[in-house]
Amino acid sequence: MAERERRRTPPYGGVFVARSEILDSAAVRRAIRRMAHEIVEANEGLLDTVLVGLQTGGVPFAEAIAESLMEIEGVEVPVGKLDVAFYRDDINLRPVLPEAVTEMNIDIARKTVVLVDDVLFTGRTVRAALDAIVDQGRPRTVQLAVMVDRGHRELPIRPDYVGKNVPTKRTEAVNATVLGVDLGEIQR
Amino acid sequence: MRQLISTADLSRADIDDLMVLADSFAEVQTRDVPKVPALRGRTVVLAFFEDSTRTRTSFDLAARRLSADVLNFSVASSATKKGESLRDTVETINAMGIDAIVVRHRSSGTPIQISRWTDAAVINAGDGWHQHPTQALLDAYTLRQRLGDIDGAKIAICGDINHSRVARSNVDLFTKMGAEVTLVGPQTLMPPDISGWPVTISHDLDSLLSEIDVMYMLRIQTERLSAGLFPTVREYRSRWGLTVQRAGELRSDAVIMHPGPMNRGVEIDPEVASEPRCVVLDQVASGIPVRMAVLYQVLGPGRFANEEAAVDRPDVEESNHSVSPTDGSVEAEPDTKQAMAMKEASCQ
Repeated sequence: MAERERRRTPPYGGVFVARSEILDSAAVRRAIRRMAHEIVEANEGLLDTVLVGLQTGGVPFAEAIAESLMEIEGVEVPVGKLDVAFYRDDINLRPVLPEAVTEMNIDIARKTVVLVDDVLFTGRTVRAALDAIVDQGRPRTVQLAVMVDRGHRELPIRPDYVGKNVPTKRTEAVNATVLGVDLGEIQR
Repeated sequence: MRQLISTADLSRADIDDLMVLADSFAEVQTRDVPKVPALRGRTVVLAFFEDSTRTRTSFDLAARRLSADVLNFSVASSATKKGESLRDTVETINAMGIDAIVVRHRSSGTPIQISRWTDAAVINAGDGWHQHPTQALLDAYTLRQRLGDIDGAKIAICGDINHSRVARSNVDLFTKMGAEVTLVGPQTLMPPDISGWPVTISHDLDSLLSEIDVMYMLRIQTERLSAGLFPTVREYRSRWGLTVQRAGELRSDAVIMHPGPMNRGVEIDPEVASEPRCVVLDQVASGIPVRMAVLYQVLGPGRFANEEAAVDRPDVEESNHSVSPTDGSVEAEPDTKQAMAMKEASCQ
C-alpha cells in the first residue's frame, strides 16, 4: 500500500526506483516464518485468531503468514482483506481511492485480529484500519504485524510483530513484497 | 471530477474510477453497519424542483451512508413558491455553506446554470430532456455486473427517445464504454436530428430481438398521447411494447432493463417485468453504490483530478519541447540512470 500511496500523493506520478536491497526473497520468507512463530507464541492455540491483510500490499503477507501458521501449528487461520480508503483522514487532502474491494467474510467479534501490512510509516493507514475493523465488529484484541517498520510515526501506533526495522529518510521509499524488500526513491 | 452535469463530460478513466469505487461501496452495503465516514462534515443539498421518489431517496441514502449531512430542499415548501427566482434560491442555499447540490429540474440546462452561481459541486439528477447521468451510470454498473463487460454489447433502447433524458445519457455512456446502441421507436418519438449521435436507428423492434444482448425499455408518458404522438396505448403496446411474445424472441441470456417507474401493460408486460432476465430492481439497488461513488468523487478525491492534470501537464509539455536536441539530452540522462537502477534492482 505504501508505494501506491506515495505515487498518488502530490505532486502525482512517479515510479519506485530501487537503490539497495534490504532483504531478498529467502530473508523475507524467514522473517515471515519468525513472525508466524511469534504470533503462535502470543496467541496460544490460534483458536480465535484471524489475519486481516490491508489491501493491497498487506494481503500477500497475510496469506504467507497464514501458510506458515498452517505448517507450524496445523491450524487454518482465516484471512480477511480490508481496504481502508473510506476511513482515511486525508480524503480532503489528496486523491484517496480504494486499492481493492474489502473481503471480510469472517466474524471478528471476540476474536484476536492480527492486522498485516507491508510497510509501517506514519501509522495513518493503521489508524484508518482500526476504525474500519471496529465497524465490522468488536474484536477481543487487535495486533499489528508489518514486514517493514521504517519509522517516522505521526500517531501513537506500534507494531507487535516486525519483519525488519529499516531506518529511513522521510524522502526515501520502501517497496516490500514477498519477493524482497528494497529501499529507494520515487522518481518523477 | 468537480461536478457531474452530463455523461458526455466523463472521460473513460472517470467512468472506470466510478465503477471501481461503486464496487467498493457495494461491499459497504453488505455490512452490518452499511456506512463509512468518508464524507463526514460535508453537506449535500437535495434540490428537487420536480417530483422524484427513487432518485431522491437513492441520493439521500447514498449521502447518509457516506456520513455526509443531507438537507432536503423540497419545492413545495420553498421560497420559489413565493416567487423567488432560481438564482436567489441557489445563492441563498450557497450562503449557508454547503458542499454539493443535487439538482432535478424540468428545464434542460438548469444544473449548468446553477453551477455558475455556486462554488458547491453540482450533480445533475435529471434536467428536462437533457441528461440524467447517475441513471446512466447505475445502468452501466448493473450491466457490468450482469455481462462482465459492456464493450461490444449490443443494446437496443426502445420507446420515447425524443423526450427522454435517460436515453440521451445512456447513449453517451454506453457508446463511450464500447457498446453498440440501436434506438427503436416510432418516428414521432425520435429526436428530429440525430446525425451527431453514435447510434443506429430502427423502426422495427421484432427484427432486432434475437440479436441483442440488452433490451432497454423507456417509460412512455401518457401526456404524449394527448399530444398526438401515438394513437392509443394499445397500439403502442402492440408495436413497441415488450410483450410476453416478444420477450420469448429475446435470447435466454439477454438482459431486460427499465429506468422505472414502469407502466406494466404498456411498454412492458407485467409477466416480463417479473421475469429473472428483467433487472429493474438490480438497477434500483445499484443506484446507491453508484451515487455514493459520484458523491465521493465530487466531494472527496475527485476534485484533485484537475490539479493532477495541472501537475502532469508541465511534464507533457516538457517532453514535447524535448524535440530540440539540448532538452532531449538533459532529459535522457535521468531516464537512463533510472533504467539502470531498476535493472540493478531486479538483478539483486
